[in-house]
Amino acid sequence: MDLKLDRVSHSYGATHVLDDISLTVKKDEIVCLIGPSGCGKSTLLRFIGGLERPTSGEILQIGEPPAASLNPLTYIFQDFALLPWRTVEGNVSLALEDHKLPRAEHRAIIEDVLRRTNLTDFAKALPRQLSGGMKQRVAIARALSVRPAVMLMDEPLSALDSQTRELLMDDLVDLWTRESFTAVYVTHNLAEAVRLGHRIVVLSRRPGRIREIVEIDMPLAERKDRFLELETKQHHLWDLMREEARAADRELADV
Amino acid sequence: MSEATMTNADIQDTRTEATPVARPVPFRGGGFVYKPVRIAGPLVFLVLLAIWEVGCDMGWISPLILPAPSEAWGAFMDLVHSGLLWKHIGASLQRLVIGWTAGTLLGIVAGLAIGLFSLARSGLQPLVSALFPVPKIALLPLFIIWFGIDEGSKVATILFGTFFPTVISTYSGVDNVDRTLIRMGQSFGLSWLSIVRKIVIPGAMPAILSGFRISVSIAIVLLVAAEMIGAEYGVGAYILMAGSLMATDQLIAGVAILSVLGLIIAWAIGLAEKYFLRWRT
Repeated sequence: MDLKLDRVSHSYGATHVLDDISLTVKKDEIVCLIGPSGCGKSTLLRFIGGLERPTSGEILQIGEPPAASLNPLTYIFQDFALLPWRTVEGNVSLALEDHKLPRAEHRAIIEDVLRRTNLTDFAKALPRQLSGGMKQRVAIARALSVRPAVMLMDEPLSALDSQTRELLMDDLVDLWTRESFTAVYVTHNLAEAVRLGHRIVVLSRRPGRIREIVEIDMPLAERKDRFLELETKQHHLWDLMREEARAADRELADV
Repeated sequence: MSEATMTNADIQDTRTEATPVARPVPFRGGGFVYKPVRIAGPLVFLVLLAIWEVGCDMGWISPLILPAPSEAWGAFMDLVHSGLLWKHIGASLQRLVIGWTAGTLLGIVAGLAIGLFSLARSGLQPLVSALFPVPKIALLPLFIIWFGIDEGSKVATILFGTFFPTVISTYSGVDNVDRTLIRMGQSFGLSWLSIVRKIVIPGAMPAILSGFRISVSIAIVLLVAAEMIGAEYGVGAYILMAGSLMATDQLIAGVAILSVLGLIIAWAIGLAEKYFLRWRT
């Protein structure tokens, strides 16, 4: 299943947030959305998943999601959004409970995703016992459990320290290499974008417009070791963003 | 660059000239941290009781003004031996349990409705705000007409008294449920009922339980007040009778029973919190 954003614009009252965004997300590719803070990238992600509606334009699903997919558009949130009163497996289970799967299948899915995210030993732990990185792994496991057609990742690594971020980036690359998935990945971190993005969409400051789309052909699995070659890409991205970021930084908040 | 090396050299010089004195950095932290001192609480109790007892024995405190703790204990033992203790406590507990349970259940239902539905909030919140500050004991005569002078009016007083604080703590608990968790539930396509059952209610639980503490104390206050009008048995009736007979030792014994009752209930709520909120730090 592909996604197509068709001339999406949005305003909150008089504030114009997003302006005429058209974009296609193809199956099995990771599209990174980067831009200065307040450029509406997270808002755009909420439109894509149907949690909010844009003022104009539409988001289209092209083709049917795979039959096995329980929740085609699935989010991973910056602050993990785990239920603190449920254990790790309980949190994963939450996403499956409404689908009334046979008991054995329900169990099997949970075991499978916990194994894929290396969480099997932590199945009975409560979120408060886990580090930030582990919490986000639980959220990733929960997202995988519903077999999404597209993963919508809203700054998933921004709440983590830089070492944990490295580890989780490796994990994401591994996950994608073993079984490729489609994702829209919002971030303000250029290093994450060049490590994980097949295409990087650079948004301008408010009102967010597409400034440029940068493609990176290098396979995800090789990027860690060939990082120097990516440096030029990252510099180019920063050149695109620097002025925007500076201007956004100096804006007075009156919303 | 050269200037930096110069100053560095200067510092080196002064260091070699004056023999440096090594002394530990003065400690300025500490304090402002609560450390539990376990025996302090019971000790305060015992010292007060001892002063009180000794004061009565020595004749500093007239027995008419305040009977000695030993006399109050004697009155309490009389109650135990006559078998009236359980009759009084039983009658009181029954009213308390029925009134508080009904008031709390209704309060949670109404609070959830206000927390979840805009119409219920707009319609009921002003009503709750208007009725909450009314001392329910002022309505007791009315309740006696409506529900009879027996159990009905007493239970109704407690019910109304506990209903409103529970409503308020429940809907403010619902309001404080993390919106990102609800959004997460929606993003996974959970049904409305699942979101309420699995996210909203557990999320409101801390507020509901701390509301219990308030509603229980209100219930005890109202219980005693209600029992002072037309009750044969009950701790409140016992205290009223003691008061009108100027039997201050019995009065003190009755008040002590209430205090112990309150402590036991607070402890039980503490246990419930430990159980229901064990996911918290």
